[in-house]
Amino acid sequence: MTSTDTRPAGVTGVRGGAPPPPPPRTRRRGGRAPGGRPALVFLAPMLIVFGVFSWLPIGRAVVMSFQRTNLVADPVWVGFANFQQVFADPQLWTAVQNTGYFAVLALLFGYPIPLVAAILMSEVRRMRGLFSALAYLPVVVPPVVAVLLWKIFYDAGEEGVFNTVLGWAGIGPVAWLQDADVVMPALVLEATWAGAGGTIIIYLAALTGVDPSLYEAAEIDGAGVWHKLWHITLPQLRGILLITFILQIIGTAQVFLEPFLFTDGGPANRTLTLLLLIYRYAFTNSLGGDYGAAAALSLLLALVLTAFSMLYFRLTRSWSGS
Amino acid sequence: MKASADRGLIAPTDWKRPSVKWTARLAHGVLLAGVAIAGLGPMLWLLKAAVTPTQDTLRTPMAFWPNGFDFANLAEAWTRVEIDKYFLNTVALAAGSWAVQLVVAATGGYALAVLRPRIGRYVSGAVLATLFVPSVVLLVPLYLTVLDPPLVGTSMLNTFWAVWLPAGASAFNVLLMQRFFANLPRELFEAARVDGAGPYRVFWSIVLPMSRPIIGVVSVFAVIASWKDFLWPMLVLPDPALQPLSVRLPVLQQFVELDVFLAALAISSLIPIGLFLVFQRLFLNGASLSGALKG
Repeated sequence: MTSTDTRPAGVTGVRGGAPPPPPPRTRRRGGRAPGGRPALVFLAPMLIVFGVFSWLPIGRAVVMSFQRTNLVADPVWVGFANFQQVFADPQLWTAVQNTGYFAVLALLFGYPIPLVAAILMSEVRRMRGLFSALAYLPVVVPPVVAVLLWKIFYDAGEEGVFNTVLGWAGIGPVAWLQDADVVMPALVLEATWAGAGGTIIIYLAALTGVDPSLYEAAEIDGAGVWHKLWHITLPQLRGILLITFILQIIGTAQVFLEPFLFTDGGPANRTLTLLLLIYRYAFTNSLGGDYGAAAALSLLLALVLTAFSMLYFRLTRSWSGS
Repeated sequence: MKASADRGLIAPTDWKRPSVKWTARLAHGVLLAGVAIAGLGPMLWLLKAAVTPTQDTLRTPMAFWPNGFDFANLAEAWTRVEIDKYFLNTVALAAGSWAVQLVVAATGGYALAVLRPRIGRYVSGAVLATLFVPSVVLLVPLYLTVLDPPLVGTSMLNTFWAVWLPAGASAFNVLLMQRFFANLPRELFEAARVDGAGPYRVFWSIVLPMSRPIIGVVSVFAVIASWKDFLWPMLVLPDPALQPLSVRLPVLQQFVELDVFLAALAISSLIPIGLFLVFQRLFLNGASLSGALKG
C-alpha cells in the first residue's frame, strides 16, 4: 500500500562534495540478498513480535467473528451467526447511542477549550513553559488514578468535593454518577480534563508554525486582532484541527476506562459503551466466553474506525510534506 | 519557522498600547489561574488528602488546612496494603515493556532504514498497516494468543511476558526509529564499512550512540504508557500477586479506608509525574510530535 512512501527521501540523495556511492543494487545481482543474513537477524525480533502479537491476532479477529469459539471445544464455522446475534442484542443499540453521546459531548467540551487555551497561551511571552506544563500535568497522571480520584470528587453527598464547591454558590448537591442524566457529562468532564493537555500542546506547536509575515501583511491592510484570528490563524490551523478531530473520534469510540471504573455501565446501562459491551461478551461471567460475538462486534467497530484512521493518515501525509 | 518566536497574532506595535497590554494581561491571568486550578488543583488536593485523616477528608474536603496530619497513611499504604509489592510489579512491567520495545524498534528500524533488505518494503508496509488497526480488534484474539501462544506451548497467562511481548508490537516506535536512522549521515556507515566494520558493529558502535535523542523519546513514552496501562494487564494477570498498581487500585478502594487509599493513589502518581518534571521538554516536544504523528 503506502510502503513506498515510508522510505524517507534524500537518504541516498546527492550530498555535496563526496562522490556518490555506487548504487547498491548493481552489486546484488547473483549474490546474496541485499543486507543478507545480518538484515534478517536484525529483522527477526520485529517479525516475531509483530507476527505473533499483531499480524496473527488481526487475522484471527476476522476468522473468529465467523466462528463459535470457546476454549474447550474446537472452533466451529457459523457464518454470520455472530453478527446476527450482535445485531439482535438490544444492548448494542444502547451501547451505540451511549458511545455516540459520549463522542458528541467530548467534542463539545473537549474541542473548543484546548483551542482557545492554546491561542491565548501562544501570545504569552513570559513563562510559556509554566502554562503548558500545568496544562499538560493531568495527561501524565495515570488514568486509573485520575478516575478513582474523580470518583471521590463526584461523591453524591453534600460533603463531596464538587458538591461542596457548588454549595458555595448555593447549588444543591448533584448525584454526579447516580443521576442518569448527569452521569455521562460527568464522565466526559473527567475525560476532557485528562486529555485536553495533549491537544493544547499539539495546537501550540501548530501555532508556532504560522508564518508571521501573514500577520504582518494583514496589518498593513489594517486588519484587527479578531480579523487576523479568523482569517489567518484558524485557516492556518485547519489541517491540525481536522487531525485532532479524527483522533478524538477514534479515541472516544473506544472509551472504556471511564465507564468501567466510574459506573461499570450503570446506572441502568446509561454508560454502557461499545468497548464495555465487547468486554462483557468476552470476559464477564454473566455473558462471558462469547468470543465470537466479541470478535464480531470488535470487527464492526474497527472497520468504521479504520476508515477514520486512513483519512487521518492521508491528511498527515499530505500536510507534513509542506 | 524560527522567526515566529518573535511575534504572534498581536503585532509588536500593538503590545505597546495600554489597552491591548492590559487586556492581554487579564486574559493571561485568568488563563494561568484556570490551568493552575485544573492542572495542579486535583493533584494538590490528592497530596493534602494523602496525609489527612479520613474524617477530615469526608467532612470538610475543601478545607484549605486540615485539622490534623496523618503521615502514617503513606507508610501504612506502602506496607500494610502492600503498595510496595504492586509498585514493584508496575516497575517490572514497565522495565520489561521498555526493553522489548527498544530492542524491537531499534533492530527493526536499523534493518529497514540502513540495511534495507529486499523484503524491507513489504515488512515496512505490514508494520505500517497495523497503525490503521484500532486496538479494540486485538483485545480478544490477543488474549486467546496469550492463552495458547504459537511455538511456546504453555499459556503465558499470569506471566509478565504476556504484557512485555505485545508491548513490542508498536508500529509507532519502529517508524520513529526508522525515520531517525534514515536521516543519519550515510557516509559514516560507508566509512565504517571501509574500515572493516560489519553491520553488527555499525549498529552497536555508530547507530546506537548517535541515536540517544530518539531512544530517549521512545523510552520515556514506553515507561509512561506501561504505567498507564489498565485493561490488558487486568486481563492477562488475574493473579493479584502479579498485578500492577493500575489494576490493583480499583480493587483496593473497596476494602481500604479512604485516607490510606488516597495515600496509595498519591504514591502511584509519583513516578510518572516525576518523570514528567525531569523530562518536561521531551514530553512537551514529544507530545506535539506524536500529535503531528509521522509528520
